[in-house]
Amino acid sequence: MRDYLEFEKPIREIEERIEKLASAGTARASVQEEIRKLRAKLAQAEAELYGNLTAWQRTQLARHAQRPSVLDYVGAFCREFVELHGDRAFGDDRAIVGGFTRFSGRSVMVIGHQKGRTLKERMQRNFGMPNPEGYRKALRLMKLAEKFRRPILTFIDTPGAYPGIGAEERGQAEAIARNLLVMSRLTVPIVSVIIGEGGSGGALALGVADRVLMLEHAVYSVISPEGCAAILWDDPTKAPDAAAALKMTANDLLELGVIDEVIPEPVGGAHRDPQAVAERVAKALSAHLSQLEELPVEELLARRDQKYRKMGAVADPRLPAS
Amino acid sequence: MAWFKKHKELIPESRKRPSVEGLWLKCNHCREIVYRKEVDRNSKVCPKCDYHFPISVQERIGILTDLGTFKEWDAELEPGDPLGFTDARSYRDRLKAQQEKTGRKDAVVIGEGAVNGRGIVLGVFDFSFMGGSMGSVVGEKICRAADRSLATRAPFVLVTTSGGARMQEGILSLMQMAKTSAALARLGEARVPFISILADPTFGGVTASMAMLGDVIIAEPKALIGFAGPRVIEQTIKQQLPHEFQRAEFLLEHGMIDMIVERRHLKETLSTLLNHF
Ligand SMILES: [Zn+2]
Repeated sequence: MRDYLEFEKPIREIEERIEKLASAGTARASVQEEIRKLRAKLAQAEAELYGNLTAWQRTQLARHAQRPSVLDYVGAFCREFVELHGDRAFGDDRAIVGGFTRFSGRSVMVIGHQKGRTLKERMQRNFGMPNPEGYRKALRLMKLAEKFRRPILTFIDTPGAYPGIGAEERGQAEAIARNLLVMSRLTVPIVSVIIGEGGSGGALALGVADRVLMLEHAVYSVISPEGCAAILWDDPTKAPDAAAALKMTANDLLELGVIDEVIPEPVGGAHRDPQAVAERVAKALSAHLSQLEELPVEELLARRDQKYRKMGAVADPRLPAS
Repeated sequence: MAWFKKHKELIPESRKRPSVEGLWLKCNHCREIVYRKEVDRNSKVCPKCDYHFPISVQERIGILTDLGTFKEWDAELEPGDPLGFTDARSYRDRLKAQQEKTGRKDAVVIGEGAVNGRGIVLGVFDFSFMGGSMGSVVGEKICRAADRSLATRAPFVLVTTSGGARMQEGILSLMQMAKTSAALARLGEARVPFISILADPTFGGVTASMAMLGDVIIAEPKALIGFAGPRVIEQTIKQQLPHEFQRAEFLLEHGMIDMIVERRHLKETLSTLLNHF
């Protein structure tokens, strides 16, 4: 059974009518004709709806309970996943998973946020909101990968780093900062994919990479639309306006030069055809990784450096306008 | 995360209007009413509880560097409006108003100076400019400061007061965290010291990048320092926060900073420390 979002109601209605007619099992020509007409209508409605999604609608799709997670992708196109646990200092944060796996003929380190699907899983994984030990586990695994010259793949999907007392006591800010610093200098290729929600610093802490890819309906932002609306509009119900203003969709980010590629999703979103999406993600990851593996380490680091050094919108009046 | 929530919430009335009129002042920490002249004489420190009131960038430079040695760099760098951002007001209008208010193009000042004769690169955040928030110009200037520090091998000293990343520049603000951390990583590899001084308040994306990356991290007494703002945490966990949560003393106890130094001892401490680098 599919979970429909509020804005998908027109699609749901047509699908339900088709289902009802089909389940009657009649071969009557008039019924078959009706189904055919409805299918055409459905295709048109879908093309219209999903071809013109607002930033807020995409945010909802990015947070969809059925959306494929890092473990789904690993299951779909990796072999021999050996999950590794713990930060060797405090605990094992289940909001982040990681381990060695075989991807497209090579050994890689894969790390990602894992939100969980059922309520029980979500609680265990803290809804994908890591504590410092999660980021420190990720850091440990990245250094392990570097030590054994394995490339790193990260999958980003989090509402953000957890805002809790323990998180502050154990240095949430330091853990994130350390990851940014270390990732900028790791001597192996890093490719990140934003597969769902890219929630601010909690997402970036796994997302400093040579290439950053993003699924078509994924979002990535400095603050959640709800948070932004509460502060700047003084009204959390203005989240759709904030989502639009923040320019947080994959195409926005491509235009801003923050990401390198948008991976198209099936009509209706990744959860409608996880296998198809997994194949596209695997193909893109493999292509980027192969390119990066060709580069000497100094070149890899120099390019990573320049890429981040250029980010931002600054006007220097002393320089001629380009 | 809602980094920005905090700086708005954290700004007590007294700081929102840093007016100089009135003989009396209410302390942001102990809430006692104190005699303004006494606070001024005491390097803007509360005589009742030792809270360090916010000071201007000029005052900060005066406290840390030898008289007349500071030279500012890149003051003319201006923010763009990459998102064409508008809420109740457009980002451009906000910027213009802040620039007129502060006489500055953005929320950080960088330059060179001397501490008891030792040359340093210095960066100082200006909280009065949009809550010291970090957008592209702040990120770029921190990187330029780090690059100059790398080129001259003069230690980089940075004083932070910030609500975090600047929402109005969206994802590009977030990227400044990666950009500045990368610059500090290069500095670290070259073994050039980076000293981070945390003043009240330091939050969000600034804490979660440069502020916590100091080779040595110093905080001012009672400064509020954290990743998430107290109100965001309270709303998330639906519990009361511990006493003095996220104060400098709390961070020291939890091993997050090296020391708490009173403002009047800051220059001497820095100077002594730099002898070891
Ligand atoms: Zn006081």
